[in-house]
Amino acid sequence: MEPMVATEGQPDSATSAAGKFILEVRDLNVYYGSTRALKGITVEIPEKKATAFIGPSGCGKTTLLRCLNRMNDLIPNVRITGSIKLAGSEINDASTDVINLRRRVGMIFQKWNPFPKSIYENVVYGLRIVGINNRSRLDEVVETNLKRAALWDEVKDNLHKSAAELSGGQQQRLCIARALAVEPEVLLMDEPCSALDPISTAKVEELIHELKDTFTIVIVTHNMQQAARVSDVTAFFYLGELIEFGETAKLFTTPEKRQTEDYITGRFG
Amino acid sequence: MTDSTIEAKVTRNKRFDGLFAIVGLLATFVGMITLTALILDLATGGAARLTPHFFTSFPSRFPAQAGILSAWVGTCLIMLVTALTAVPMGVAAGVYLEEYAPKNWLTGLIEINIANLAGVPSIVYGLLALGLFVYQLRLGQSILSAGLTLALLILPIVIVATRESIRAVPSTMREAAYALGATKWQTTRDHVLPYSMGGILTGVIIALSRAIGESAPLITIGALTFIAFLPEAPIKAEFPFISFEWLFSPFSAMPIQMFNWVSRPQHEFHLNAAAAGLILMVMTLVMNGIAIYFRYRFRKRIKW
Repeated sequence: MEPMVATEGQPDSATSAAGKFILEVRDLNVYYGSTRALKGITVEIPEKKATAFIGPSGCGKTTLLRCLNRMNDLIPNVRITGSIKLAGSEINDASTDVINLRRRVGMIFQKWNPFPKSIYENVVYGLRIVGINNRSRLDEVVETNLKRAALWDEVKDNLHKSAAELSGGQQQRLCIARALAVEPEVLLMDEPCSALDPISTAKVEELIHELKDTFTIVIVTHNMQQAARVSDVTAFFYLGELIEFGETAKLFTTPEKRQTEDYITGRFG
Repeated sequence: MTDSTIEAKVTRNKRFDGLFAIVGLLATFVGMITLTALILDLATGGAARLTPHFFTSFPSRFPAQAGILSAWVGTCLIMLVTALTAVPMGVAAGVYLEEYAPKNWLTGLIEINIANLAGVPSIVYGLLALGLFVYQLRLGQSILSAGLTLALLILPIVIVATRESIRAVPSTMREAAYALGATKWQTTRDHVLPYSMGGILTGVIIALSRAIGESAPLITIGALTFIAFLPEAPIKAEFPFISFEWLFSPFSAMPIQMFNWVSRPQHEFHLNAAAAGLILMVMTLVMNGIAIYFRYRFRKRIKW
């Protein structure tokens, strides 16, 4: 894989030997009040691969992730400058259709958050809100996506049971199924395993491996082994800056920057 | 500190614990006993008057013939108007302030205002309603004016209760919905409101219970104490079948009727007042029962 450095003069159709870039972030700054949380981030996310954001707490990786589907809009006093392009079109300006954007860029949260409804209703919610209520269509979507999330076999006989009765790991996989049911292009995962036990974590990691054939995955993680296991590309952030970005295998074995090396060898963070 | 002083402290703490439990129990009993005594007092005085005739008769100069027909019909209709206006408006305002309004000095000011409005004496609302509804908007001394007055009175309670229960919905639920591409309204309608409906209905119960017993603002806007006819029926035999004439009808209400009877010198009228008091309490309980039923239904549908 070539190093992912954007070349000038091809801003809209970024293609390289590494494949297509689905998300292009350029000069992104995020301010919470007067605090600058992200400093001039430029990064490109390859399509249908898993990209990991790593770095110590407070380094801005989750902030960047939440910019990619404009979830930061929900926070008061946040100011975002710079450009984010999804498949070539700008998504970081006032005219962006945020609702449509979030259907194209789904999100999994650190703490699983299924709705207090049945498993079935959780999976189909993203369809119901756009007016799809056709029973057989919904049934099909439920089955497809629960299978995609490797949950079908565990719940197929209890689809109308409350989501709250599932175990934590199952609830997180239900959230993944719910996000996939909308057929997003990109799936953002904000520390999806940090509250899961090792077995559930392994299941989710396995899932990421399978899903990246169909979806682009961006995962924020505290766990460096996890980043090394699941991702193709890794970005290391420190104090709001992107320190190093490149192929996971290379970044973890022969990092270019001193700070990266210190972090991945456990000298800080 | 030595072991023995710690032990002595623990013993003292435990004693205080037990003492507080006793004080709390006594406080609870004071409330319970007072309520029981009140009900018993009303029952012994008024039970004899609780005949079907009492419910189907208009007020009369003769205590034995007097009934509460116009009063209970009036109270039911007023509460209908109050509930149908205050609940949607209060919930809408609460949702707006909590989910939509930007957090700035203006919304802060509105918030303080609403909290203060909840503490304004009811007779002041009566004066406002007399000026606004009766004279300015020319709604007359009617059921509509009375219902709107009480709606105004309980609006702050409904708003505050709505906001409190909406705030208790975890923000992770909103994020989950937004991340799937739900609009603010869809998020509110499908998640925020259903999950907070139990708390909102509790607030509605408290608010309506307060409204049903109010007499001061109704007297201020001109409730009648002697009224020998009923408002027009809302359903008619001829086209268009539904009539809103009743909204503009003069009215009486249960607390007004009671007040009137209590102020008479004859003891028999006092018994009538006691009986009416019992009925008013039953009406409040029935109303609360309905709200509690709805709350139960809502909570059952949500499986946390």
